[in-house]
Amino acid sequence: MKIVVLIKEVPDTWGDRRLNSETGLLDRAGAEPVVDEINERALEVALTYADAQTGTEIVALAIGPASVPTSLRKALGMGADSAVHVLDDALVGADITLTAQVIAAAIKRIGFDLVIAGNVSTDGGGSAIPSMVAELLGVPGATYLNAVEITVDAVTGRRETEAGSFGVKAALPAVISITEALPDARFPNFKGIMAAKKKPFETLSLGDLDITPTEESRSIVLNVTQRPARTAGTVITDEGDAGQQLADFLAKNQLI
Amino acid sequence: MTEFATDSILVLVEVSPSGAVLPSAAGLIGAAAAIGSPVALVVAAPGAGPAAAKAAGEFGATQVLVAERPDAATSLLVPTVDSLAAAAALVSPQAVLLSHSVQGRDVAARFAARTGSALAVDAVGISRDDEGPVVHHSVYGGSYLVDSAASSGAIVLTVRQGAIEARAAATKPTIETLEVPASGMRDVDIVDFEEVVVASSRPELRGAKTVVSGGRGLGSAEKFALVEELADVLGAAVGASRAAVDAGYVPQSHQVGQTGVTVAPQLYIALGISGAIQHRAGMQTAKTIVAINKDANAPIFEIADFGIVGDLFAVVPQLVSAIQSKRK
Ligand SMILES: Cc1cc2nc3c(=O)[nH]c(=O)nc-3n(C[C@H](O)[C@H](O)[C@H](O)COP(=O)(O)OP(=O)(O)OC[C@H]3O[C@@H](n4cnc5c(N)ncnc54)[C@H](O)[C@@H]3O)c2cc1C
Repeated sequence: MKIVVLIKEVPDTWGDRRLNSETGLLDRAGAEPVVDEINERALEVALTYADAQTGTEIVALAIGPASVPTSLRKALGMGADSAVHVLDDALVGADITLTAQVIAAAIKRIGFDLVIAGNVSTDGGGSAIPSMVAELLGVPGATYLNAVEITVDAVTGRRETEAGSFGVKAALPAVISITEALPDARFPNFKGIMAAKKKPFETLSLGDLDITPTEESRSIVLNVTQRPARTAGTVITDEGDAGQQLADFLAKNQLI
Repeated sequence: MTEFATDSILVLVEVSPSGAVLPSAAGLIGAAAAIGSPVALVVAAPGAGPAAAKAAGEFGATQVLVAERPDAATSLLVPTVDSLAAAAALVSPQAVLLSHSVQGRDVAARFAARTGSALAVDAVGISRDDEGPVVHHSVYGGSYLVDSAASSGAIVLTVRQGAIEARAAATKPTIETLEVPASGMRDVDIVDFEEVVVASSRPELRGAKTVVSGGRGLGSAEKFALVEELADVLGAAVGASRAAVDAGYVPQSHQVGQTGVTVAPQLYIALGISGAIQHRAGMQTAKTIVAINKDANAPIFEIADFGIVGDLFAVVPQLVSAIQSKRK
């Protein structure tokens, strides 16, 4: 089975994430770029399957700027067999629709039985890519899975939505996305990191994928404003009457 | 055939496999009515259409398109995406609004990919300028406000649940049956479905005026009941940190933060929560923040309007009785 795992490089949520107020794009001078945690969990799902099934091939795919190879090397160090990076200046500021088109084209070129993505990234927050990619590939997209079981020809799982809990099943080839209810990823060990250096790593441009970012409808940023940061208020140490003082504070501010 | 206004805004009303209309429809139709003429689409299993259409009218849709699909309860997304594509072709709307719910995101994504439309996600508001609809977003935990629009064509957008307060007046809508050509796209099968049972009378976390959240400091699922007790005294919704969810104190649907729900209540009370940056991303735009934590260096105090360094198991019971005696 060939599994493609989607990797997104994001600004570390522990850092100071900033937007450029003119372009609306991420200010890369802010937080350090890292593999989004949810993608590590997605890779873990693939690795767990590969541990039990010989003959499983895992390809890590990312699109993004020149820093992305570090993130893909981490995926290789954890156990992915090869990596593909789509790098092209024309992708700076790409909207979700173009991003999905590029990812789908790269996946078609790689070939796949299953695509595994995270359900939502920590910087975009759109959750749209997995379903868009499924649509463009013409396959089922079983997203938001809290539990996953992969077999030779299908994937089953549970999906919680606002309406309720769904048991779902998709015949392969398919796309899935997983939630953070799934286990944390393993760490790359020394052996893995050394082996990663010899694994196949391919870099593709939009030309390689026959994509010309056309003038079709795109989502564009009109305006960006920064909100003033919050400041600390009163902090008291409980000396036996803090509950009472808090009740007074809430009453004074008409909150009770 | 029915005419559709040039300022039509197409709204997908989310219907559960059992035919229930989800409450997100009220805000979506309210938002649509503020910038144009709301046309609602309901996709339901055969027989469930009329009741869902009536519910859409109660939320203020003036026109409702009904697509009854035999596979609506067995096929996860494609029946709805096919219906939305047919409705958009018929109505030629200026914008297509969906909920930023799990189902809404997926339908929006597939529809935008199929039609090559611009997609704007997790909107907190929508307005209009001379050139058409403008979408408002709150980014990086509310640190930035970003406006976006489509370069051309109708924009497809998902709207954050609980973010829109506007409500449209109830109507008796004109109801029309929508013919939907099947795309034949392969889909996910629904194997089973358990409807959410609203077990408590507590408000929904999204859109709640007051939220009381508990973290790892609660120590166990049993002791987490103290969070619920305070919430009930205040008529508040119950939230939690990821650590509390991971420890099994409460279900994931209560998680506030980066990878959970974003809330913006009048009052947010954090109990035994350290205030990690990823938690703050989901609550720092609350009007008033109160924190109780025994560690004076906990980062939550950096953003709290009123902070108490103390043992929550001593402070909260006293707070509960103080509130009760003020009300007498
Ligand atoms: C990609 C990513 C996404 C994340 N998304 C989220 C998210 O959506 N939401 C989220 O919450 N976290 C998220 N996190 C996790 C986050 O980093 C923190 O680990 C988490 O918020 C900690 O939860 P906590 O404050 O309950 O636990 P802790 O950090 O362990 O804090 C517990 C606090 O309780 C206090 N305490 C203990 N006992 C008492 C007592 N008796 N009285 C008073 N105070 C007491 C302690 O002093 C401490 O400050 C994410 C992390 C990553 C990497």
